[in-house]
Amino acid sequence: MTSVIIAKSKLNDFLASLKSGYQVLGPVRQGDMIAFGPVNKAEDLALPYSNTRLSIKSVFFPQSERMFGYSLDKEDADAGIIKETPKEYPNRVVLGLRPCDAKAVTLVDVNMDNPQFQDPWWVKRRETTTLIGLGCEHPCSTCFCTSMGSGPFDETGLDVLLTELPDAYLAKSLTPKGDQLLKQAKGTDAASPANEKTAAEIKTKAEQTLPQLDTAKLKDKNMMELFNARFWERVQFACINCGACTFLCPTCWCFDIQDEVSKKAGDRIRNWDSCMFPLFTLHGTGHNPRDHKVQRVRQRFMHKLKYYIDKYGDGPACVGCGRCVQACPVNIDIRNVITLMNEYQTSAGTKA
Amino acid sequence: MGNPYLPYPVRIDEIITETEDKNLKTFKFVFLNPADEQAFKYEPGQFAELSIAGKGEIPIGIASSPTETGFLKFTVNKVGLVTSHLHNMSVGDVMGVRGPLGNWYPLKELEGKNIVIVGGGFAFTTLRSTIVYLLQPENRSRFGDITVIYGARTPGMLLYKDELAAWEQRSDIHMHITVDRADDPTWKYNVGFVPAITEQKAPSAENAVAIVCGPPIMIKFTQPVLEKVGFTPDTIIMSLEMRMKCGIGICGRCNLGTEYVCKDGPVFTLAQLNNLPKEY
Repeated sequence: MTSVIIAKSKLNDFLASLKSGYQVLGPVRQGDMIAFGPVNKAEDLALPYSNTRLSIKSVFFPQSERMFGYSLDKEDADAGIIKETPKEYPNRVVLGLRPCDAKAVTLVDVNMDNPQFQDPWWVKRRETTTLIGLGCEHPCSTCFCTSMGSGPFDETGLDVLLTELPDAYLAKSLTPKGDQLLKQAKGTDAASPANEKTAAEIKTKAEQTLPQLDTAKLKDKNMMELFNARFWERVQFACINCGACTFLCPTCWCFDIQDEVSKKAGDRIRNWDSCMFPLFTLHGTGHNPRDHKVQRVRQRFMHKLKYYIDKYGDGPACVGCGRCVQACPVNIDIRNVITLMNEYQTSAGTKA
Repeated sequence: MGNPYLPYPVRIDEIITETEDKNLKTFKFVFLNPADEQAFKYEPGQFAELSIAGKGEIPIGIASSPTETGFLKFTVNKVGLVTSHLHNMSVGDVMGVRGPLGNWYPLKELEGKNIVIVGGGFAFTTLRSTIVYLLQPENRSRFGDITVIYGARTPGMLLYKDELAAWEQRSDIHMHITVDRADDPTWKYNVGFVPAITEQKAPSAENAVAIVCGPPIMIKFTQPVLEKVGFTPDTIIMSLEMRMKCGIGICGRCNLGTEYVCKDGPVFTLAQLNNLPKEY
């Protein structure tokens, strides 16, 4: 795996060469927020930035997506038959996403692309997208990535990792996709050992600024004992089930499927959904297995921090990006919940 | 790569109104493309998404048995948007079926055992599939005694009445049909709730497995009765209902602890359920 230098003065040359082979997306300003959008020139990039408001997941799994289409015109021989609709999968580069988001994509891969079933749209977009991450020299106060198996310069899920040096970016290729991209790119120069040394120092310094939460005990806790813990009552007390956490979360993948009809044709679409909403689990009979707010709040945290770990022997399904901490209108903080779960002992004092 | 969200097109071949309240109808579907029928290989206990363009999809247990070929049968209770629309559809109409989905009753592993089937109300659908499968001549000899306890509110609310009557006549299956109350003076079977009849008939737990499917209240009171006669959490098999969308363990909706009911279930042993959150 190779490393090259992209001088800041040559960033537009680099971008121009990318644009000949890829659609380029990156963090751009949208109103007061930063979001992934088309990048044509270096000035479009909202640099420096901390993180995008919404995570990378919409690049692979849009908030609303047309799945199929159909005709409802009785005159039509195919009326009522649900059909695939053509979709385009251009080669894309996401330039400048944060390493935590790339790590999150790999956690969602386990769900979307499993041995038994593959989500065709997720898989196609993953195949045709190259991820160029930008390491975080200055993590935010809400970041806790190093506690969750990621880090400000984590390479998981990335094809190329950029480290910002004073006048340049050090670009380290991490996969064959990354090799190919850097080989074709213009505006690059050979990296020197001094560049690598500076990058390593920046990485170490950034990692040291991050808080360390203990998550080691989550794996060995008994799932049902955690489920039945009394602290969920306190955790859920202020929650208003707004669902902001689930929409911003890079590892929340739940969706709904709905049909929308206009005149004599219709679409089957899928939309992000949230376990925070009572309708999420409401049966046709009126029975609702997660009727109470405490059950829904518990579901979100247990799924990320216990069920995922137990199901896949991996995780937790949180990368410490801190978006939910920043956005929660009632200051529910997943870091506190992690500690509650990690330190939980049953009142009997047995191994919990 | 096939798209697992795309239904197979089917035509409604027959509609049978099953119950006196007309809320339960059995739909018989034939595939528009014969190749799709070949691809749709299923086992008793599995379900499928019935898919109606413009309305949506509903997860419904497959009531036909893999030993019956050329069609699929589903018995559907009229409850919401999609089921109400389906109840108003006609023979010849085209819609979709997506599946088969989920796991199944582990009948291959249960060969050599006695099978006790306990069902209530309109949850009898995949149990019908199971009974038809077990009674198939080449399958019947692989199993021991077969006992069925099936109850509905009234005689008119029983599903598959003709088949029940035919099974009553057979010597290779012990049928215990019951109703909560009989308003029909000619009613010649049991009267009483399913748990009470189960206790009365006390099927032996010796080398036996119980397959239980019914409303939550029936399950709640049947479980202790089965345990009293010697069934253990490992020999009680149940099927769960959940709100579902994708049916393939991806959309997250039916998550229960480490399991997705649509993909890892809907069939679980009581031993497995005892280690999962009771959020169903």
